[in-house]
Amino acid sequence: MTLRLEDVSKRVGAALHLDGISLALEPGSFNVLLGRTLAGKTSLLRLMAGLDKPTGGRILEDGRDVTGVPAGRRDVAMVYQQFINYPSFTVYENIASPLRRQGLGRDEIDRRVRGTAAMLHIEGLLDRLPGQLSGGQQQRTAIARALVKGARLLLLDEPLVNLDYKLREELRAELRQLFRDTGTIVVYATTEPAEALIMGGNTAVLHEGRLIQHGPTAEVYGQPVTADCAAIFSDPPMNFLDAILSDDRLMLGDGTALPLAAHDRGLPPGPCRVGIRANHLSVVRPNDMAVAIRARVELAEISGSETFIHVGHAGVPLVAQEHGVHPHQIGETIALYVDPTRIFVFAPDGTLQAAPARVPQRRRGVA
Amino acid sequence: MDKPWNNRAWLLVLPVVAIVAFSAILPLMTVVNYSVQDIFGPGQAYWVGTEWYRKVLEDERLRDALLRQMLYSLAVLAIEIPLGVAIALCMPSGKGWRTSLTLVLLALPLLIPWNVVGTIWQIFARGDIGLGGAALQRLGLDYNYTGDPLDAWLTVLAMDVWHWTSLVALLAYAGLQAIPPAFYQAAKIDGASRWSVFRYIQLPKMRGVLIIAVLLRFMDSFMIYTEPFVLTGGGPGNATTFLSQFLTRMAVGQFDLGVAAAFSIIYFLIVLLFSYVFYTFITKVGTGDAR
Repeated sequence: MTLRLEDVSKRVGAALHLDGISLALEPGSFNVLLGRTLAGKTSLLRLMAGLDKPTGGRILEDGRDVTGVPAGRRDVAMVYQQFINYPSFTVYENIASPLRRQGLGRDEIDRRVRGTAAMLHIEGLLDRLPGQLSGGQQQRTAIARALVKGARLLLLDEPLVNLDYKLREELRAELRQLFRDTGTIVVYATTEPAEALIMGGNTAVLHEGRLIQHGPTAEVYGQPVTADCAAIFSDPPMNFLDAILSDDRLMLGDGTALPLAAHDRGLPPGPCRVGIRANHLSVVRPNDMAVAIRARVELAEISGSETFIHVGHAGVPLVAQEHGVHPHQIGETIALYVDPTRIFVFAPDGTLQAAPARVPQRRRGVA
Repeated sequence: MDKPWNNRAWLLVLPVVAIVAFSAILPLMTVVNYSVQDIFGPGQAYWVGTEWYRKVLEDERLRDALLRQMLYSLAVLAIEIPLGVAIALCMPSGKGWRTSLTLVLLALPLLIPWNVVGTIWQIFARGDIGLGGAALQRLGLDYNYTGDPLDAWLTVLAMDVWHWTSLVALLAYAGLQAIPPAFYQAAKIDGASRWSVFRYIQLPKMRGVLIIAVLLRFMDSFMIYTEPFVLTGGGPGNATTFLSQFLTRMAVGQFDLGVAAAFSIIYFLIVLLFSYVFYTFITKVGTGDAR
């Protein structure tokens, strides 16, 4: 199935939740819907599912207008942030429930329930009730219920957000495998850039009810069309510094001059905004071109094997990412290196002017 | 430091022990004391052993009252629980004046003192001037709650339903409001019918509050006293004489302290037993442990 949204909007009272969204999703594609809380992710999923009717625009499945068709009569399955299962049904009955509605035979149901349960590693829990399961197992059951249906559109609304870190990692890796080679359109809503990067596929970035960008995940990450998009698709959020661009250099607000690299040479001179991801603002000098800026440490947080140093530079808060665990004195002044070859240049209105060239993927944490 | 036995703990539970002792244990022991003695007045008491218990258990009026009481409690549960759930399902949800208004209206009967409820119904059900009673008579029904046992019984039941269904409705409503909207969306995607949503989502999710509702309504109705006392005084005959009224008549009316005390103990054990059986049964329904 191809799912096409044409200029879809959703207005609730005076509030515009979705504003003119056009999007085409190919069969078998994995699509991450990335956006902050209240960006409209859930509203969009609800429209795709047929739970709500858009106030404007059309929704087409294989070219057929399904705008007003209710969810129950569409070929769709959905997994939610909360763990939604029938409380009085066993895991087996929960997974079997969509198949029973389809009126399949007993053996067929049994085969598919057991097969799906095995894929999600809950085959040993089939006789339990949801109340007797852990959060991760409950969500596995809910995912199994959605998968077993074999729907051609599968919507996942932040399915891992209520799980603890370890379970999330584990299930995320499995999900990617599960959805491969199924022909189903998967739409996976999340607030986490890391999740989008790990899951791969395509990413659609949603901001304040508008679709800012849609394309292969790596492309959206490497070439965010606007500063907003770059900020949403960076964790910690991208650092922004105001600068003046001239023929041969970028002059930062505090007077630091950055030499121009290949990608930002030849841009029209004038004011601009420089965007630097936290992993390209480093304590160690990455190369000869890198320029130091001075910053005062406000907080150093250690996450896994990464250290995030929150600093203030000329009144602007910045975050630098340092590989490994490093102690930093709060209040001390340190030098952070900006690599001119890794910076983004945005026009004052936020549109992307230059993005650094893609480097061969070298997984070094997530930026 | 690491003493396994800390005597200071006794000090901390002392207030609770004192309160429970004075409010429950001591009165109960007094009753036990009475139930094994024949009391003529202060200082004149004689040990009689289990005589009162035997007398009470052989009393046919008591068995009648117990049967009446059980029928009554069952009727109360059979009407109020489904009705309360039905009302809760019809109630508006979300914020707004409709919800507030419904909640206030529902809470009103609960705020009225019990003897006033009795008085209200006493007047309401009167055949000559009461709105309800007179209306029924105009419809050609021979309704008279002071003379006809069945009418009296139904009137007491109607009064209880009017008084307490709100409580069940409010509890059920609270249970319904606690269901995340995603459950309903999931049901919609599954194409579930209204009945399936009720049967497989709302009802199981309301289980906890409904257990409380059933227990509360059972215990309360089993110990009902004030309203029928005001409304019918237990009559006509003994048609609406429930256990507590029977007991009061015995203890205060006839001053049979020993018999009444023995009866109280039996009454207490009955309530305890029923509540326990109810609770263990009801908490296992639908959890998988019952199978």
